[in-house]
This record gives sequence, C-alpha cells and structure tokens, in this order.
Amino acid sequence: MTAATTTPRNRWLAARTWRNLLRDRPIIPLIGLLVLLVLIIQVVRPGIVNLPWAGVILRAAVPLAILAGCQTLAMLTGGIDLSVAAVASMAGFVTATMVNSPGGVAQGIAIALIAALLAGMVTGIGVGVFRVHPLIMTLGMSFVVLGLANVWQIQVVQTGSGVPDSLRWIGVGFLGDILPYSLLVFVPLALIILLGLRRTGYGRLLYAIGDNPVAARLSGARSWQVLTALYMISALFAGIAGLLISGLTNTASVTLADSYLLPSVAAAVIGGTSIFGGRGGFGGTIVGALILQVLTALLTVLGLPEPTRQILFGSIIVLVAAAYTRAIAES
Amino acid sequence: MSASIRTAGAGTVGWRERLLRMGRRNAWSLGLVAFLVVLLVYTSTLAPRYGVSSLAIAVLPLALAAVAQAVVIIGGGIDLSIGSMMALASVVSATAMKGQSDEFGILVVIAVLVLGLALGLVNGVVVVVSRVPDIVVTLAMSFVWAGAALLVRAAPGGGAAQWLKDMVLGTLGLSFLPKAAIVLAIVVAVIWIPVVRSSIGLSIYAIGSNKLAAFRSGVSVGRTKVISYVLAGLFAAVAGLSLTASTGIGTPVPGPYTLMSVAAVVLGGVSLAGGRGGLFGPIIAVMILQLIRDDMTFLRINSNLAVVAQGVILIGVVMIGSLVELRRSRA
Repeated sequence: MTAATTTPRNRWLAARTWRNLLRDRPIIPLIGLLVLLVLIIQVVRPGIVNLPWAGVILRAAVPLAILAGCQTLAMLTGGIDLSVAAVASMAGFVTATMVNSPGGVAQGIAIALIAALLAGMVTGIGVGVFRVHPLIMTLGMSFVVLGLANVWQIQVVQTGSGVPDSLRWIGVGFLGDILPYSLLVFVPLALIILLGLRRTGYGRLLYAIGDNPVAARLSGARSWQVLTALYMISALFAGIAGLLISGLTNTASVTLADSYLLPSVAAAVIGGTSIFGGRGGFGGTIVGALILQVLTALLTVLGLPEPTRQILFGSIIVLVAAAYTRAIAES
Repeated sequence: MSASIRTAGAGTVGWRERLLRMGRRNAWSLGLVAFLVVLLVYTSTLAPRYGVSSLAIAVLPLALAAVAQAVVIIGGGIDLSIGSMMALASVVSATAMKGQSDEFGILVVIAVLVLGLALGLVNGVVVVVSRVPDIVVTLAMSFVWAGAALLVRAAPGGGAAQWLKDMVLGTLGLSFLPKAAIVLAIVVAVIWIPVVRSSIGLSIYAIGSNKLAAFRSGVSVGRTKVISYVLAGLFAAVAGLSLTASTGIGTPVPGPYTLMSVAAVVLGGVSLAGGRGGLFGPIIAVMILQLIRDDMTFLRINSNLAVVAQGVILIGVVMIGSLVELRRSRA
C-alpha cells in the first residue's frame, strides 16, 4: 500500500506521504513516538535508560498489552470489551484461592481459565445471537463476574489463599536481568493474535464483520459464531493477563485489574485500531501499550505529582487520537 | 454505533402509526413504573419501616448522573467522564464551603454550576473539533477531570453549608415526600423542560437519530452536540453537589457512577444508538436498581449477589428489548 506513494518522488514527499504512512502503516510513526519519549527520558535523567530499565518497562507493559489485545479484537468487529478487567481479576483471584487445593496450582489455573471462557461464551452469545450492544453486554457481564467473584471470596475466606510461587516467578522474574519471564507467555499469545489476524480466515472475518456487517453476512459469514468465539478468546486472554498481574503485584483481589480497563482501551486506540471496527491490528496495540507505559515512566521521572500525571496522560491520549483522525479523514 | 438500519420516516407517517409509536415509547416507561410499584409494595411488606426518603437520598447522585448521561446518549454521543466531573464538582464545593458562611455557600454552588458548564463545554468542543469518537475523548477526559479533582484535594474532606445538607436530607412536611426527590424533580424540570420544548431539544434528538439528515435539515450538528455535552456537564455538577450535600464532604476519587449511569440509561429505554428515549425512564431505572439492592439486604441475601442481579437484569432487559426489535424488523 505504501508503494503507491513512492512513485512520484519529489512532489509528494511532503505532508501527504506522512498522512498515508500514518494511515497505512501506523506502527512506524508510533515507534517514532515511542523512541522520542525514551529520548526525552534520557535527556531529563541521563543514564536512566539502560537494558534493565527497558526490562522493567517491558514487564509492566505485558499485561496491559494482552488486555489491550482483547480490546483490539473486540474493536475490530466494532465492539468493545469492558469485562476484561473483571475477568482478569477473577482469574487471578480464583487461582490464588486454589493454591492449597489437592490439584495444586495447575488445577487453580485450569478452573480460573475455564470460568473465564464461560463468561466469554455468555458474553459472545449475548452479543452474537441476541444482538445486545457489546458495551452493555460486557458491562453487565463485568457486574456478574465481579459479584460472583465476591461471593466466592466469602466462601473461601477461611481456607486461606496466596499468590502461587510459580505465578510470582513468571510475573516478576527476569532472564539475565533484562528479559522478563512474562514474555514466555506474551510472545506466543502475541504470535497467535498477529498471525491469526493476518493469515487465517477467522482473522479476515473479524475485519469483515467490523467493516460492514451486512456485507459480511451476505457473503456467508456466520457472525454469531465469529462473535461468540471472539469474546471467548478475549476472556481467555484476559484471564491469562490476570494471572500475570496477580503474579506481578503479588496480590489477589477481585478488583485487582480494574485500573487496567481504561488504559487497555486507550492503548488500542493509540495503536491505531478504530473503535468503529474494520481497521487496525495488534502490532500497533503493542506499541500503544509500550507508549502508555513509557509515558507513565516519563511523567514519574519528571517528578510530577499523581494528579498532574493523570491530566497529562488524558490530554496526550486525546492529542494522539486527534492526530490519527485528522490523518485518516483528510487523505 | 450499531449498524442497525431503521426504516425511519419513509414518506408520510399516519396518525395511527404515530399513536402506536408513542404508545410503544411510553410502554417502556409504563412497564418500568409498574415494576417499580411492584418492588415498592414488595419492599413495604419486607420492611414496613422502610422510608421512601432513604431511597430518594441513596439514588439522588446516580439519578442525576443518569440524567446527564441520557442527554448525551440521546444526542448520539456517550460521556465516560461523568463520574470524574462529579468528583471534581464535589471536591471543589466541599473545599470552598468548609468553614464559610451560608451566604458564601450560595456563591459556591453557583460557581460549581458554572464549572460544570465549562467542563461540559470542553468535552463537547474537543469531541467536535478533534472528530475523535466520543467514547475515546470522554474516556481520556475522565483522566483529566479526575486528576484535577485530586489537585484540588488529595484526600476526602471539606464541608458543606447546612442549608445544602438540609436540602436533600429528610422529608418535607408529611413523611412520605422526601426532599431529595423534590430536588431531583425540580432540577430536571428546570433544566430539561425548557430545552426539550425548544428547538435545541429537537435538534439533540435529531442529531442522535440521524446526523446526516439533521445536517441536511439545517441543524448545526457540531453546535448541538456541544450543547448536549454542556447540559451533561451541568447535570454532573449538580450530581457532584448532591454528593457533597448527602455526605457532607468531598471525595476526589470518582465513584462507580460513570458505568452505572450508562447501565441505567439503557435500562431506562434510551437507545445507545441515540435519538430515542427520555429522562424519565433512566430515573425510574436507577430507583429499581437501588430497590433491588435494598430488598436483597432485607432478605439477608449475600449483598454481592445484588451486583450479579444488577448485571443479569441489565443484560436480560436489553436482550428482551433487542429481541422485540428484531421481531419487529422481520415482521
């Protein structure tokens, strides 16, 4: 797609080329923004940027990137998944309460992820079969999951719980002080999403349904099956992210991942995925999550108090999103 | 956002059709009222001493938040910053009023209302100028307003003028007329009735129903959208004041009002696609949600199941609504 812009060389080398670049390959300017932010950090606090620092950023960005991946998939079909935080918290919590069970950690994780899949299946059937608006369906589902997790909390309060050591190991640890072990989970997941979106018919169907649901139906796509599978995948990945978050923070609570919900949407939007569906991808989302993480680090390095950080955070999200919309609308 | 295609305004609409449509629109509200009455009767058999005034005070902030959300959603947008705006209005009023005279309190209230208008104006202008989807802009602005609230006051505190507290607490004259309900009715009537009776109200419904058609009929789409956000900001400021009045302090951390308001609006019969519904339904829906929660407390059912019930009711009602819609469109 970019090849077309390079043919008439000199004249088009101006704004229009950039706009097309932003539209067709949003990941390139995004990486530029990421590098710029890292450079600013380096200028503000020389010497802070090194490999261990990058490892810490990466470790913090992994759960956010997975949750943002759930949003990306849902947004590609024109939906949104507001239940990822509740499902993630629930998965981490259930696993922690199962730590003393006879089956051990594996059983806990299996039960947590099956519960997540069930929640995703109900969401998907609601959205796909009953045509409930995804915003409402996932919002309602997040209430249901939160409430049930609370009920479970009261059931198990006497048995005792704790974040399993294996989750702490994979959530916190580093390979050679640089590469976080959580990449062991993230890289396969990311490959599944990236290749799934690009190389499989299922991925094409997600784009098709988001781009034009009527056209997709007329060309034979069974959208209820696609959507049900989509929200099940989303819930499963959210559950996995929840396990990582619980390991990273060494806590298990039914509201653990709540603070990730809005940033996960923001990361997908910054990464160039349209909230109306049909446009975007997971590559941009990963960079979007990294940008948010580096931005948080930068605002912390600048010594700004928490309120100011929040204000700047929000403003920058609007600015980046506005830059996109301009680029896409005018070309 | 949903791509449901409606056969709206195909030629002339007969009076019978119009009457039917009106009946249908009111049927939702009437059904909600009937449900509310049943719940009230049931509650009085459960707990004969249950006062309507405690219900009115408990629902006042969420009812006002739902009203704010309803105005924006009718206009085809969505405002995810309502909870943050409420927090900001609440801390500003509580901080300014602490230890001051009652007369100064009146000035503060006026200033906070103006602040609400200004916040809504910023939201609306950014949405219109940046052309970024409403949900993304208001999501980002929710960070900004929450940060501003934290700047004003890092921890809960402050005070409220006595007359402000007296306005919402207790009952007026006879014991069955809670002051909070009167305040709610007056606020909504004073702000909304002039709007909905004028061309502005019609324009808000028009841009929510069909933006292009509204534009071609000479409605200034951008200006109308900004007005809908300004109204939402005003209602959110009143909601924040009601928080300060009922608790006597200001809390900088946003409550669960944003997402709950979306839920209440949808339960109240306002279409998320915009252009349909009113403010009466959402208020009734808020009361129903609160009563269900109270009833479950009286029945000594685990209060966390109330959250589950709210989620199930939200999904269930919307599911029934969309099933009716589907059958109608097929017929």
